[in-house]
Amino acid sequence: MVVAQSRTRTDSAEEPQLLAVEVGQISAQPEILSGAEITCRSLEAEGVTTVFGYPGGAVIPLYDAIANASFHHVLSRFEQWAAHEAQAYARVTGEVGVCIATSGPGATNIVTALADAFLDSIPMVAVTGQVVQPLIGRDGFQEVDITGITLPVTKHNYLVRRIEDIAPTIKEAFYLARSGRPGPVLVDIPKDVFNAKAPFVWPETTGRRSYQPSFVPNMRQVRLAADEIAKARKPLIMAGHGIILANGEAEFQAFAEKTGIPVIYTLLGLGAMDEAHPLSLGMMGMHGHKHVNRALEECDLLVNIGARFDDRATGRLDGFAPNARIIHVDVDPAEIGKNVTTHVPVVGDAREALKLLIDAVEERKYPEWRRWIDSQKDRVLAAALEDRPEWPEPYAIIKAIAKATDHEAIVTTDVGQHQMWAAQHIGVRHGDRWVTSGGLGTMGFGLPSAIGAKLGRPELEVWTIIGDGGFQMSLNELATAVQENLDINIAIINNGYLGMVRQWQDLFHNHNYSETRISSPDFVKLAEAYGVMGIRVTEDDEIEPAIEKARSIKGPVLIEFIVEPEANVYPMVAPGASNSEMIHHPNNSAEVN
Amino acid sequence: MRRTHTLVVLVEDQPGVLNRVVSLIRRRNFNIDSIAVGHSEQPGFSRMTLMVSGEDNEVEQAVKQLYKLLEVIKVTDLADDQAITREMVLVKVAAKNGQRSEIMQIADVYGARILDATPSSLMIEATGSEEQIESFLAMMRIFGIREMVRAGKIAMARASATKPQGRIERIGDDRFAVAD
Repeated sequence: MVVAQSRTRTDSAEEPQLLAVEVGQISAQPEILSGAEITCRSLEAEGVTTVFGYPGGAVIPLYDAIANASFHHVLSRFEQWAAHEAQAYARVTGEVGVCIATSGPGATNIVTALADAFLDSIPMVAVTGQVVQPLIGRDGFQEVDITGITLPVTKHNYLVRRIEDIAPTIKEAFYLARSGRPGPVLVDIPKDVFNAKAPFVWPETTGRRSYQPSFVPNMRQVRLAADEIAKARKPLIMAGHGIILANGEAEFQAFAEKTGIPVIYTLLGLGAMDEAHPLSLGMMGMHGHKHVNRALEECDLLVNIGARFDDRATGRLDGFAPNARIIHVDVDPAEIGKNVTTHVPVVGDAREALKLLIDAVEERKYPEWRRWIDSQKDRVLAAALEDRPEWPEPYAIIKAIAKATDHEAIVTTDVGQHQMWAAQHIGVRHGDRWVTSGGLGTMGFGLPSAIGAKLGRPELEVWTIIGDGGFQMSLNELATAVQENLDINIAIINNGYLGMVRQWQDLFHNHNYSETRISSPDFVKLAEAYGVMGIRVTEDDEIEPAIEKARSIKGPVLIEFIVEPEANVYPMVAPGASNSEMIHHPNNSAEVN
Repeated sequence: MRRTHTLVVLVEDQPGVLNRVVSLIRRRNFNIDSIAVGHSEQPGFSRMTLMVSGEDNEVEQAVKQLYKLLEVIKVTDLADDQAITREMVLVKVAAKNGQRSEIMQIADVYGARILDATPSSLMIEATGSEEQIESFLAMMRIFGIREMVRAGKIAMARASATKPQGRIERIGDDRFAVAD
């Protein structure tokens, strides 16, 4: 059995000995516990300190035991938010996030978050209650087949039918969630199994013959990759989320510096290296920077490390990096060749691959290539600023938050225009400080992700950037932020529209703003009703003071920024178009290239 | 090239494993022509034979996705010349007086067995390759097939075609990446 990432706890060499001692002590008389207590003990044995959940009929016995558990339970106001909180917790801590929901509607409410975690490879364990076993299959009250429903959106799932299976199942679930390509695992436990009694024995080992995740790549493939890198004249590195999931940021920077190759990022790869690093070019894809997409078109070698060639990153595939040889480093062999034909696959953990690659490559610099890339830079920001708008520009707000926090805060986002503005302008420095819903694009993600992030890393400043639409999906979670007294800052970019859809309607559907005009409550009053300080900003010169005020106040603060209603995110690659066919800001149209 | 692939999948005998395999094939947009499942030579493990049609690279992707299922131990994509495949069919054939002996003679040619007889029909069991079964059924249609049930194809590699064991992921035409 191959050990998974270095941060995993289960496979450390000393653990079996420790367990042997423990088992030795208790083997004479193992404690008799309920299934619910065994579930809690198992979570504790996995090192869980925080769980997010919502009680309900089938998990009443579990909550009976949770009252005496050592971990902290965060009561969310909706099961989906609990699961997003667990996701964000996992993103910023590198540990497995845990959420709990009851059977039926509780379980179905977390399906969206599981799908989100599945697409973004977030390590997560969801524990759901199930109706008592005699009722399974008989349409009992609050019965749904949650293992059936979540089959395509979980890495694996379990229905635990016997109390003695609880501990080994939870141990295996955590191992699966964090090893190989991480992902969500669901454990469904019927109420009668929670209520049954049995001796608690924590298993010494876990793992299955059929599950042997890739870890150290084949050296021959590493050498082939190094040969390609040595031959390239205009290479690019594409940094993906896999680097961050493998805890490989330091190795990645060392690799980039030794090879001297400029680095571009996917949305979730932001933070793989400091965006202020001289080799850093910025984000690629649909809302990527112009010079980045131009460089992709021009490069002769693309070294993809830990990204899955998502369509929002690649644009139309036949126009993607048309002149490039492709090296693809991925822990999941099924990603190789799935979307883009790969010339040199390197299957393994990103960090392990980078360690080997660093030794295999030569020191190089590409001044001419870099000069060409820099000559392609967009000058839209300066142009737009000259044309003073009536309201604050959204990206100016993002830049002000980045500047005030010196790019060191955790920034989470919701989904839409503000998310893209944030991705373009926040300047992410660290892999553990950028939390966004990438693959699934789940609106409502912003506020719960800030809550999960703050609980995971209380020592760090947390900002969440949300649109007025997304905030109205999960604003009930303000109550959780207050109940937990969390020092989070909520920046609502309010343009009165479901802005990204409106932008598509503007650009591709003849300005037909069908159902995208959205009204809001008075967010400042709403905040006050929840016991949260609310600030409204309508002028440019109020931006910085509002941000400073929010930073100075302990506890949640909400700032509503009223922005230009019809500002678009530029540049933009039209859906189905190639990355080279970018739509630019109207003020930028006179620019050469 | 678009063609039918014979995938032999060794799986752990867990509840729901058939559902997981079929659901994955459907979700990834592949078509299953037939499926057969049964116990393998190892207790606790089943062997499935899936007939999947698609481009070679698509089926390769399906194989990789199958490997991601926890219960899947091994997937073999059998080439036609490496595999022996068999199908089974039960047919109820109209058999009037005077035709019965002719039907029985034809059945005998195909190595088929008579399972049941009534004054007006015969029930016949036949096994063989897809071509043999098709040919047999064409003959039976002359007399009139009243009812028919076909089992999914099962396949096994010839001993002479055994490939090296281990989790070798085939990637591209001439490149291999070993998942250690």
